[in-house]
Amino acid sequence: MANPLKCDLCDKPATVHLTQIVSNKVHKVDLCEACAQAKGVTDPSGFSLSDLLLKASLNPEAAPGALRCESCGFTQADFKKHGRFGCPACYDAFKGMLEPMLDGMHKGTKHSGKIPQAALARQTLHERLSKLELDLSDAIKSERYEDAARTRDEISQVKQAPHQSPPR
Amino acid sequence: MTIASLIASPSELTDAASNKTAIVLMTRIRLARNLAAQPFPGWAKPAQRTRIAEICTAAVAAANPLKRSLNVDVDQLGELEKQILVERHLISRELSGSKQGSSVIISKDQTVSVMVNEEDHLRIQVLRAGFQLKKTWNVINELDTALEASLDYAFSPTFGYLTACPTNLGTGMRASAMMHLPALVISSQMEKVVRAVNQLGMVVRGLFGEGSDASGSIFQISNQTTLGESEEEILKRLTSVLQSIIEHELNAREKLLEADAGKLFDKIGRAYGIMQNSYLINSSEAMNLLSLIRLGIDLGVFPDANRSTIDRLFIEAQPGHLQHAQKGEFDPAQRDLLRAAHLRSEFANFVRPDFSLINSNGKN
Repeated sequence: MANPLKCDLCDKPATVHLTQIVSNKVHKVDLCEACAQAKGVTDPSGFSLSDLLLKASLNPEAAPGALRCESCGFTQADFKKHGRFGCPACYDAFKGMLEPMLDGMHKGTKHSGKIPQAALARQTLHERLSKLELDLSDAIKSERYEDAARTRDEISQVKQAPHQSPPR
Repeated sequence: MTIASLIASPSELTDAASNKTAIVLMTRIRLARNLAAQPFPGWAKPAQRTRIAEICTAAVAAANPLKRSLNVDVDQLGELEKQILVERHLISRELSGSKQGSSVIISKDQTVSVMVNEEDHLRIQVLRAGFQLKKTWNVINELDTALEASLDYAFSPTFGYLTACPTNLGTGMRASAMMHLPALVISSQMEKVVRAVNQLGMVVRGLFGEGSDASGSIFQISNQTTLGESEEEILKRLTSVLQSIIEHELNAREKLLEADAGKLFDKIGRAYGIMQNSYLINSSEAMNLLSLIRLGIDLGVFPDANRSTIDRLFIEAQPGHLQHAQKGEFDPAQRDLLRAAHLRSEFANFVRPDFSLINSNGKN
């Protein structure tokens, strides 16, 4: 979107300049006549601005560099093609190109709302347990048996602590 | 529960009709959820999809509102069965066309449905007849919390619930109301309403979502954005938008009665006549005529007791339901004939319109 005279979707000169105010936020889209027609911009009931902004932000000019998700192998080109991500870790891998995109798409860029408390608590518990188990094997290896006994007690304490989910 | 017995039992949409559902026919909330450390359904390999489906289905089927529910793989459903579920808003068109490893779990009363491996691992949906955003949210929130106790959701403190498409990020929530707005359509005000609603960050769609037309003057209004606002804030905003649309519709009804009541009565009366006597009706025309009869009920032209018949016919006039009732597959021309026959028999004993009973404030 660096050159306002170019269409956001293709490289033809933009002749349709759309400004829409959604919830006190100004969104601007520049399109050539063909794209404007194709996207139904001329018919106010039939197009979705957010969809358009998503596509416009996928323009390679707007986000240079080829990013890749290490976790699932998804690339920036894949995202451009599908408009969907490959896995949850993609949100870290593509963080750089994400923020400007989300800014145009949503009311804010930071989550405010429900948090999965039980799932997060379970995750913290898992992390704590694996750290303690590591400590235990370290202690045994280096023959610090008093430490090992204390760590072992701590592990059984953590395991017995009431947690919301049934043991799996 | 089997698909056959589910189809045979009445759904929330047709069963709970009352004058409380006059303008908002149905409230619906869906939550998009994904498992941590698993690829999203569109990117997952077949074996991964199957594994994801196993994990999700086991957790969902064990949740309280979904015990003794229908639990079925999409590829085990026939085309007609899928179409019926789409017409009842229990599955999406996308799910009905999806690959191996997709399934759906539907509660016995058909108010809760969970799609597995649609665009996201889980698409949880709760629907209720009438304008009941708060109640619907309470039910879905509780179900979501119950699922979270055994499923590790993909969640980031910054971006919230992580979804395949960034447009659903954050709360992953889409709340919508299905509204019957005949007077706004008749008085050509819908375009203006759509534009105003868009500016408030809400979207207007036709009866069956994206790209569908609004025959029967039925529209779905839902939130556009999901990130940066809490669920309660989104629902509060949506509620005030819906209330203002209801007010506009009621005003438009009053204006139509004031300006040219004869013209409106003529439309309603003709709709009644066509229902009793026609031999060919396509689904779009059927929807538009049913919409006028429904408006007549709201205005007091027909008794309120007939509302549930109309709401049932809205669904029964759809191609999937029609063919299922006639036990066969028929081409569109045959369907128009069968649809007209069904409507004729339903309207043979339907009480005649009485325009002297009209209640001019339109609020019945």
